[in-house]
Amino acid sequence: MNSPTTPTQERTVHERPVHQRPAHDSPAIEAIGLTKHYGDVRALDGLDLVAPAGKVTAVLGPNGAGKTTFIRAVATLLEPDSGSLLVAGVDAVAHPRQVRRMIGLAGQSAAVEPALTGRENLIMIARLFGHDRSGANTAADAVLAEISLTDDADRPVKDYSGGMRRRLDLGASLVGAPHVLLLDEPTTGLDPRTRLELWDSIRSLVAGGTDVLLTTQYLEEADQLADHVVIIDHGRSIAVGTPTGLKAQAGLDMVEVRVTHGADLTSVAAMLAPLGTEPPRLDEPGRRVSVPVEEGTSRLADAVRALSETGIELDDIGLRRPTLDEVFLALTGAPS
Amino acid sequence: MTLTFAPPTNPPTAFATANTYAGRTIKQFIRTPQLLVVNALTSIMFLLIFRFVFGGAIQTGGIDYVDFLIPALAAVNGLFAGGAVGVAEDTESGLFDRLRSLPVPRWALLFGRSMADTGLIMWGTVVTLVVGVIVGFRPSGGVLGALAALSLCVLFAAAFSWLQIFLGLVSGSAQAAQGMSFAVFPLIFVSSAYVPVESMPGWLQPFAEHQPVTAMVGSVRALVLGGDTEMLLGHTTTWFVTRAIVWSLAILALFVGLSSRRFARL
Repeated sequence: MNSPTTPTQERTVHERPVHQRPAHDSPAIEAIGLTKHYGDVRALDGLDLVAPAGKVTAVLGPNGAGKTTFIRAVATLLEPDSGSLLVAGVDAVAHPRQVRRMIGLAGQSAAVEPALTGRENLIMIARLFGHDRSGANTAADAVLAEISLTDDADRPVKDYSGGMRRRLDLGASLVGAPHVLLLDEPTTGLDPRTRLELWDSIRSLVAGGTDVLLTTQYLEEADQLADHVVIIDHGRSIAVGTPTGLKAQAGLDMVEVRVTHGADLTSVAAMLAPLGTEPPRLDEPGRRVSVPVEEGTSRLADAVRALSETGIELDDIGLRRPTLDEVFLALTGAPS
Repeated sequence: MTLTFAPPTNPPTAFATANTYAGRTIKQFIRTPQLLVVNALTSIMFLLIFRFVFGGAIQTGGIDYVDFLIPALAAVNGLFAGGAVGVAEDTESGLFDRLRSLPVPRWALLFGRSMADTGLIMWGTVVTLVVGVIVGFRPSGGVLGALAALSLCVLFAAAFSWLQIFLGLVSGSAQAAQGMSFAVFPLIFVSSAYVPVESMPGWLQPFAEHQPVTAMVGSVRALVLGGDTEMLLGHTTTWFVTRAIVWSLAILALFVGLSSRRFARL
């Protein structure tokens, strides 16, 4: 996927200390036939997954798909029943302590300590990564600046907002300058604004080419952050690709129009028909017409131009991307 | 990425790991004053109830009930202090998951927890002793005896802290841990801690006589009260101390082992 001479890789080598990295260029994570059973429940059911080096890989799936089980296996918090799991080329089952030196874990699988200040939290984790006292202070200061918490560093975390806690949690995974960053549903439960802020933090953190594996239930999150997406369901990988590629696989964009007067529906449908790959769908109670299109943006422009000439009154016109539900519907034949 | 520091060259030592986690836990105790206050109040409440409510009705031979009671409370405080709850909270919050994902010797984390919890237990013990003296407790076994007794209390506290760690790890939630803490009450009450074993029904006496708490409270009593009381306690100081140490080491070995196993599979 990624030869050692690509620009991303070069940047990694120059900006991040990489001495922990094995000499050969192995993927950040490589799972083959991974299984994990809890009683009768197969949390992982022969999962094959590769997270290429130097990229952000999103593991996307509904609740119960096996995302958290997988990230916990990578973080050496649980042992898979069978299959092989390599983290930067190191066998996570045979050499868990070596793997723990290369990873940083954040998200719903990890936590910060409310009774300590932000700085104390980071120093504690830095010490437990192996930093000496002064190394831990340096690391904590650098990370605080990076996650924009310098001003609040000496306040107890119990007074932090939800977004600040998540940023600190993210920071705690960074104080060991890990080679592979594991983010388990980093924005689940956050309000939309805080989610955007956290996405910004994650984006700036990964800009230098750190290997990142993140799990998410949100297609949009994968779209915003990841170069490579693996969709899993029932503990198996069901699709792999770029965010754009997967959405194309899941179905086409839809041009959707909502008319002000229901009487105009049929004439609008007739005008949209030539743009679509299939006949328009009418939703009479919702006064909506939608039509699947290729090259959504230009078809939307065409639709706007055509409709504005007729003078038909519209409430709304827009391009709708397939939702995660529709991706799942397309890939699994069943709603997520 | 603008981070400019290098990753650590070596993973942390067991010593640094234990110290770091113990330090965090002690800070947490100190910054949660209600925890320290509740802990002290529980000790004081039991002390006052037994000293002034039940004490008058309990015959302890030639020993004043207050002198019988206070060494026992000092010895078993570790069974009251709710270390299990703190451990369950760290499991529930995800802190243990983060710590277990770090390149630390995992047993050293639990060892650090035990250090901090032992400190918390000894806080309750000190409160018990101070209030005990206020309500009439008079150690008569000399300074050496008192120091030896206090050292034994630290050993018992360490052993009980590991028992609490295990309960906290298996409970799954802070609430369940709170409930499980009551599971050790028979051990406390079916012993010579509050009443002489001879006052119990015959079928209960063998258990009460040979279980660890009786040996522990007996050893502290004998050391604190001095040689003259040996006759009244039924055994020699050596008999009590030897048994108490063996029991403590056995409890330590059992729960260090069980907890470490459990911690690896959280």
